[in-house]
Amino acid sequence: MDRQSEASLRGVTPTLLSNAPNEWKGELFHRDRSIHPPGYTPGYKTSVTRSPTKALLSLQNSLSEVTGPIFNHNELGPLDNDLIRNYAKTGDPIGQRIIVHGRVLDESGRGVPNTLLEFWQANAGGRYRHKNDTYTAPIDPNFGGCGRTLTDENGFYHFRTIKPGPYPWRNYANDWRPAHIHFSLFGASFGQRLITQMYFEGDPLIATCPIVATIPDKDAIDRLIAAYDARATVPIDTRAYKFDFVLRGRRSTLFENKLEGN
Amino acid sequence: MPQSLDYLKETASQTAGPYVHIGLIPKQAGFDIFENNFTNQLVGPKTRGEKIRIEGKVYDGTGTPLRDVLVEVWQANSEGRYNHPADTQAKKLDPDFRGWGRAGSDFKTGTYEFHTIKPGPVPGRGGKTMAPHVSFWIVARGINIGLQTRMYFSDEEEANAKDPVLNLIEQEKRRQTLIARREEKGGEVVYHFDIHIQGEQETVFLDV
Repeated sequence: MDRQSEASLRGVTPTLLSNAPNEWKGELFHRDRSIHPPGYTPGYKTSVTRSPTKALLSLQNSLSEVTGPIFNHNELGPLDNDLIRNYAKTGDPIGQRIIVHGRVLDESGRGVPNTLLEFWQANAGGRYRHKNDTYTAPIDPNFGGCGRTLTDENGFYHFRTIKPGPYPWRNYANDWRPAHIHFSLFGASFGQRLITQMYFEGDPLIATCPIVATIPDKDAIDRLIAAYDARATVPIDTRAYKFDFVLRGRRSTLFENKLEGN
Repeated sequence: MPQSLDYLKETASQTAGPYVHIGLIPKQAGFDIFENNFTNQLVGPKTRGEKIRIEGKVYDGTGTPLRDVLVEVWQANSEGRYNHPADTQAKKLDPDFRGWGRAGSDFKTGTYEFHTIKPGPVPGRGGKTMAPHVSFWIVARGINIGLQTRMYFSDEEEANAKDPVLNLIEQEKRRQTLIARREEKGGEVVYHFDIHIQGEQETVFLDV
């Protein structure tokens, strides 16, 4: 078996198990669905036939929800968090060089350590390196458009990339996606699993995007917009945007509330 | 005004979009970039337990399979222990089994599949035992927030009948939407598990 196909199998190292912080063990706060898009959002047409019509069944957590996959540094490559270099063939990709940095927190404000972030995006012209993307803007031979990283022990992360371009999509006849980066996050349990998109401060397309508009809460939308962060730039080289994520929090064990006992 | 509680709000979900493969399974998008790729292969030669394949399609409200869906699974090992610090049962961990994988459905047929092992039963709440099951997370274009559900096994009738989560489903016939059908062909054990987002057979989705 080659190394690639082994990647999904690898278990948690014993060290990680014995030193696991307590915040990896508690029940999750119930998900506040009022800040998330509902399934059915007719302004985003594809959702109409892809949204459940019956109520979700609400569960109290069991081990199946408070556990989830854990990843190790040795599963990632040294360039996995550098989209400027991780697919460069003949030179750097075209476009605005940016750093994206920030922190993954939980609802209690604690940093989420050692959690996997995966991200993907269009190139500077708004074209994805994907079999099914046929937009007229060209593929950049030096840009793959994906990367991944683990947060440090305090939940901080950073990566380097090219600022993605906006692109047209078939929804209404003239819809354009604002520039955005897609993110996938795990937290420390399968119940915290989250997929989202980060937008850029000042982009006029945010206000008219039907996908952004699936979110019913104005503040929740604002929290998806990364701030330009002049202090984090590399002078005469790369600009920076700051973006924090918040995953579901976990209950502390103030009194005995073992999952098995309730 | 009382003191502020100072909790933060969870980051809002957004659809994974049509190009989710680029970020999560780039080979399916059509290019090779990472040395290590996360796949639908959960087992190696040394993994303990009964080797199985899970196969199915995810259908939209018109009965058409989603050909751009991404599915992830999370499960306990053959003894019923999760590979995670929150699971402190005395059962043995399997060093060759993480219990997690991801798959994109085939761009033409919409079929997804996982190569894994059948998990053991795990403890539920209140001293009850949960029947063997696999947790699913489903994202795609048009799905605004990941859909969560569970897959149970058709050959575990007795355990399924006592499962505390299946029993929470009020309409008995809807419990069947979470039970995968076992089939043995050519020495291979296959569980068929189709997911229906809408319609007569709409799958029970969970708010965990």
